[in-house]
Amino acid sequence: MQRRVENIAMFGLACLWTFPLIWAFWTAFRPREMATSWELTPDFTLNNFVHVWNGAPFAQYYLNTLIIVTGILAVQLVTATLAAYVFAKVRFWGRDILFILFLVQIIVPADVLLFPNYNVLGDLSLLDTKLGIMMPYFASALGIFLLRQTFKTFPSELEEAARMEGCSWWQMLWKIYVPLARPTYIAFGLVSVSYHWNNFMWPLIVTNSVENRPLTVGLAIFATSFETGAQWAEVSAATVMVILPLLLAFLLFQRQFLNSFIHSGIK
Amino acid sequence: MEKGQWAAKFKINAYAWLLLLPSLIFLILFTFYPVIKTLIFSFYQADLSTPEPLFNGIDNYRRMLGDEVFWKVLKNNLWITLGTVPTSMALALMMALYANKLLRVKSLIRTAFFYPTVIPMIAIANIWLFIYTPEYGALSHFLHWFGLEHLNWLGNQELVTWAMIIMIIWKEAGYFMIFYLAGLQNISQELYESASLDGAKSWTVFSRITFPLLMPTTLFVMVIAVTNSFKLVDHLVIMTQGGPDNASNLLLYYIYQTAFSFWDQGMASALTVVMVLILVVIAAFQFLFLDKKIHYN
Repeated sequence: MQRRVENIAMFGLACLWTFPLIWAFWTAFRPREMATSWELTPDFTLNNFVHVWNGAPFAQYYLNTLIIVTGILAVQLVTATLAAYVFAKVRFWGRDILFILFLVQIIVPADVLLFPNYNVLGDLSLLDTKLGIMMPYFASALGIFLLRQTFKTFPSELEEAARMEGCSWWQMLWKIYVPLARPTYIAFGLVSVSYHWNNFMWPLIVTNSVENRPLTVGLAIFATSFETGAQWAEVSAATVMVILPLLLAFLLFQRQFLNSFIHSGIK
Repeated sequence: MEKGQWAAKFKINAYAWLLLLPSLIFLILFTFYPVIKTLIFSFYQADLSTPEPLFNGIDNYRRMLGDEVFWKVLKNNLWITLGTVPTSMALALMMALYANKLLRVKSLIRTAFFYPTVIPMIAIANIWLFIYTPEYGALSHFLHWFGLEHLNWLGNQELVTWAMIIMIIWKEAGYFMIFYLAGLQNISQELYESASLDGAKSWTVFSRITFPLLMPTTLFVMVIAVTNSFKLVDHLVIMTQGGPDNASNLLLYYIYQTAFSFWDQGMASALTVVMVLILVVIAAFQFLFLDKKIHYN
């Protein structure tokens, strides 16, 4: 009996949780004039997507988001690998203090420093550039911590053996450490990509042109360009277009995503 | 010999700092420098009427403390925290306990609860805007089925906070669930076996074993939840712009308005300092009261 009540309650909760998504998809495929009606008729159309794609530069937004997300990740992986290696394996002057200083970024992330970072970017003459959107995230304390943790578990014999073979430190890093830490790289990569795919406030402030706007900002501009409720079908279609890539990736690689996001808790 | 050692040591140090340099540059440029600059700038008058920043001591802070909107925004932030954190954590624990038990439907249920985490807040705002729209929105339809009047959820000062709380709980609970799932994995199965041998009821098992052993997870999730609740901002751009009459405004959005709509840069800096202080206090709580070893080493 208790089990039954539990099952029904949780099933209900799950339905409640999926409703907004299902509704958004449903509306996105409905003819425009039926978007707000709740009659179950078999009318479906792809017109909304066609209108959105032709009516706003979403292709450009997609490209921008792709460039920004991969750009950030690529630089993060390099900077984090180097820093993590040093923190994990090298004893040097100032290590502990520096490590604590890196912690500060986790406590005070760039997202809350919107206004001062806007000024920094202005001083660098990088406002309204893709590089400007990416730059505050080039160093990732989260990435450094995750990789450091992993590198620390590698036995020092590994390093000695590589030295004996005549490997330089960077050869060792590249050929031994990086391949061995692959799960950590994937975990961090997924968190970084989802985070920056979804990031909104910073690019909103920094960008001012179609050439640099990512999907999220494009979506917001598209959605707010209509009177409330006037274009539900099209706004839903645009919303679906923005969320679909990550959502599909998540559905395909669920276990991987869940593991990654558990690591992200460090922030 | 000694000289050689020194040289070797110097070389190691130089290497280490060189490898840290790329990270350090960006860390300084976009974390330390802005924080310090903000602190300094918060003591200056810098708005549209002062082309050159003018030192004015604690004037910005005095003005801030006398600013009704500032207090309202802080109060809203606190209500959002109080309204979302306990409920979403309780739901997350329920979800995790359930999803952990049932093997077959487990992953489906997990998917249903977790997916809001991978959707941008701005998309969520679009969808929920339609849910809350009076007359045509989903919520109005539901209420209509039950013979209730439709309400203007986002246009009413009292209701808008509740509307936001419900949406944020929906967005966050699944994310917190995964930490509880991980926590549950760490509880030894033997404990449950011996408890069932003793004939313990499921509530007893939960209150005597599961919940106490999940305490570190609970504290950890609480810190993330409170921090996240103070960083909320994206949805306001789409849904309410902080209105009606700042009823849904939050600190980060108020900073955004002050900086980029009112162009009061001194005030925006003072507000940013408050924001940073709040985050530091939460982090200090974490360091003082939680075992930092669990998460950082």
